Amino acid sequence: MTELSKTGAAVGEPAPASPDGTAFLDVRDLRVHFPTDDGLVKSVDGLSFQLEKGKTLSIVGESGSGKSVTSLAIMGLHRLGARGKNVQMSGEIWLDGKELVSADPDEVRRLRGREMAMIFQDPLSAMHPYYTIGNQIVEAYRVHHDVSKKAARVRAVEMLDRVGIPEPHKRIDAYPHEFSGGMRQRAMIAMALVNNPELLIADEPTTALDVTVQAQILDLIRDLQKEFGSAVVIITHDLGVVAEIADDVLVMYGGRCVERGTVDDVFERPQHPYTWGLLGSMPRIDRDTTDRLVPVKGQPPSLINVPSGCAFHPRCPYADVPKDNVTRTVRPELQQVGTGHWSACHLSPEDRTRIWTEEIAPKL
Amino acid sequence: MSETKKTDPVATVPAQASAPEEREVLLKVEGLVKHFPIRKGLLKRQVASVKAVDGIDFEVRKGETLGVVGESGCGKSTMGRVITRLQDPTGGTIRFEGKDITRLNTAGMRPLRRDIQMIFQDPYGSLNPRHTIGSIVSAPFRLQGVEPEGGVKKEVQRLLELVGLSPEHYNRYPHEFSGGQRQRIGIARALALNPKLVVADEPVSALDVSIQAQVINLLDDLQDELGLTYVIIAHDLSVVRHVSDRIAVMYLGKIVELADRDQLYRSPMHPYTKALLSAVPIPDPKRKGGRNERILLKGDVPSPLSPPSGCRFHTRCWKATEVCRTTEPPLIELQVGQQVACHHPENFDDQQPQDTVLLTASEKESEPVTEEAVEAAPEETAAEEAAPAGTAAEETTVTGETGSEEPADGPGEPAGDAEAEEDAPAQATAASDDAEGTSEKK
Repeated sequence: MTELSKTGAAVGEPAPASPDGTAFLDVRDLRVHFPTDDGLVKSVDGLSFQLEKGKTLSIVGESGSGKSVTSLAIMGLHRLGARGKNVQMSGEIWLDGKELVSADPDEVRRLRGREMAMIFQDPLSAMHPYYTIGNQIVEAYRVHHDVSKKAARVRAVEMLDRVGIPEPHKRIDAYPHEFSGGMRQRAMIAMALVNNPELLIADEPTTALDVTVQAQILDLIRDLQKEFGSAVVIITHDLGVVAEIADDVLVMYGGRCVERGTVDDVFERPQHPYTWGLLGSMPRIDRDTTDRLVPVKGQPPSLINVPSGCAFHPRCPYADVPKDNVTRTVRPELQQVGTGHWSACHLSPEDRTRIWTEEIAPKL
Repeated sequence: MSETKKTDPVATVPAQASAPEEREVLLKVEGLVKHFPIRKGLLKRQVASVKAVDGIDFEVRKGETLGVVGESGCGKSTMGRVITRLQDPTGGTIRFEGKDITRLNTAGMRPLRRDIQMIFQDPYGSLNPRHTIGSIVSAPFRLQGVEPEGGVKKEVQRLLELVGLSPEHYNRYPHEFSGGQRQRIGIARALALNPKLVVADEPVSALDVSIQAQVINLLDDLQDELGLTYVIIAHDLSVVRHVSDRIAVMYLGKIVELADRDQLYRSPMHPYTKALLSAVPIPDPKRKGGRNERILLKGDVPSPLSPPSGCRFHTRCWKATEVCRTTEPPLIELQVGQQVACHHPENFDDQQPQDTVLLTASEKESEPVTEEAVEAAPEETAAEEAAPAGTAAEETTVTGETGSEEPADGPGEPAGDAEAEEDAPAQATAASDDAEGTSEKK
């Protein structure tokens, strides 16, 4: 841990905005490391972002980029599981003026469910198969509210109705396996929202669903956010979902943020070669071009031996553009490239603009 | 189904930029049926059957890529496993290069296994963890008794290079590879015997976007290099658009639309295709407003245990009329290179213009209460608020396509017992949801 904080001081990136802690959710220099037999897995390695109420932040990245660990760390769930016992965590997570990293686990537990709630990717494994949907929602409500079972049940029916489950008074006694995938996801959203949390984290909420159901669920999340004014963090790898629902986007690579900005900035004027790669990898349904995709070459980095310098340099086609081998030796810090737009890249702004407008944008 | 479809696509598809009509048919499937029996009781009597594939016809021409899309449970994977004869069809015929392979036994199929290969979805489950890559990729040679030129090892190393792996990986085990690399191993194995037809079931859906693009490009290159024919089964409509020449859209065990790629994406005719395409999130924040064109289908796919009568999509279709409930529409070629099974297609002349009373209108009149319950969930747009009033005309104007819709404001008889799938408790969700069924334009 001591070593960790030392490196933290050496390479820690400055929190890009609002150091006064006014943001509703303010994550500062978050590091989550898991010691394993093979070495220290640096799942999240210096991540900072802010999120206001009523806004939606999307975290995108490949598997193993640290996006799910980030969300679990915010929820205080990173300690669970076999790997969680020795987890090393540093940094600060401020939620509505309370600091969570150093907080007592019991305190975090009181907040969890009430102030912050999470929707998981696979509702079948996230729900208990042995209890009815109603039981599970009632339990979630009664943990935080001192009410009778009857009152809690009324509330559960109300929530099921709100998320669009037909005949909620009957379906409340169904078991998870009796629901279809889309219905289960709706029930889980009902469970997450039963306490009116102010922060909702959705980890790949629609990945397991068909497109038609995905459209329903995204609409539902959007409506509920409007209604309750919650802050929403959506973790996904689907850039289509991001463009649909997010206000801000955070692109993660190798446990760090490589680009952050509004959804328009990141899609229209992306400033990091990895973001370019993601955009080029996507087959587009809205374009007629059938040209070859432009994938990011190579494999995602190991989080044990993160490449030196810029973690993306082994896969970056422009790694040799900046002089003096700087991409291999110096880790780039997040730098402001526009209003509310940050990028961690050694390329000069002129090079970036030139490469984007001349080489990347025409191919997308 | 097979008897209803009279058009022969080979004969009728004329020259199209992307439809090479002179290409010979490699695989021809007619009236293919696959039912999975559900047995109960001491005598294991068959009480019902899951109609996973329920009468489909299509053909695959040499050198083309046929994409197959549909929601989970529509039978697309079963179709893939039946045409490769990994599972036996319940009915229908499968012809490969003109030879009927429907009833061939294991021994009879063996020589054909060289020509028909499969790539699986899960790169973790489809490679034996205790075999080295060399032994996995060389298995086809061993099983077929083929001695490639220059020896098996050399050939395997050539294949590994072909799919972008290093020949030194020969002695490694699957766990040493990432998902994308494993998928490449699966591809190398499928290509070992120089197959004519490769059936790929969700080949990229388990992979990250950047890796997905690598594998798509690889499949593309291999097709150019080796003249492969692909049947690619996938749920991702963007991927299917990118890789396919022709696309079949499946719904509940049936093909509802089969068309050339560009035609299908530009002007889908089947309402289900249209809804499916409109549901795909577009990675362009400027088109956030485009959500308004989205067709939100209510509910889930009904149970394949007892699919709805008539057109299977009528329980969720906003254009469904009485004829859709009673008569199954045949898959016919309405336009060159575009076969559709629909009574009231989009972007084309109505096939049943006399039938104008929408089921949605009559259902709304009969069940206003449940309708409202569901209505409360998604955002209340103007169109939706107008919907319970029962003015179907409102909906048709929102649909805003060519004039193939019929304005209908007269109430019809209640849509009654359209949902018969109450027998399966697990499917009650789907059924009850379908009662409110119908779809909405937002």
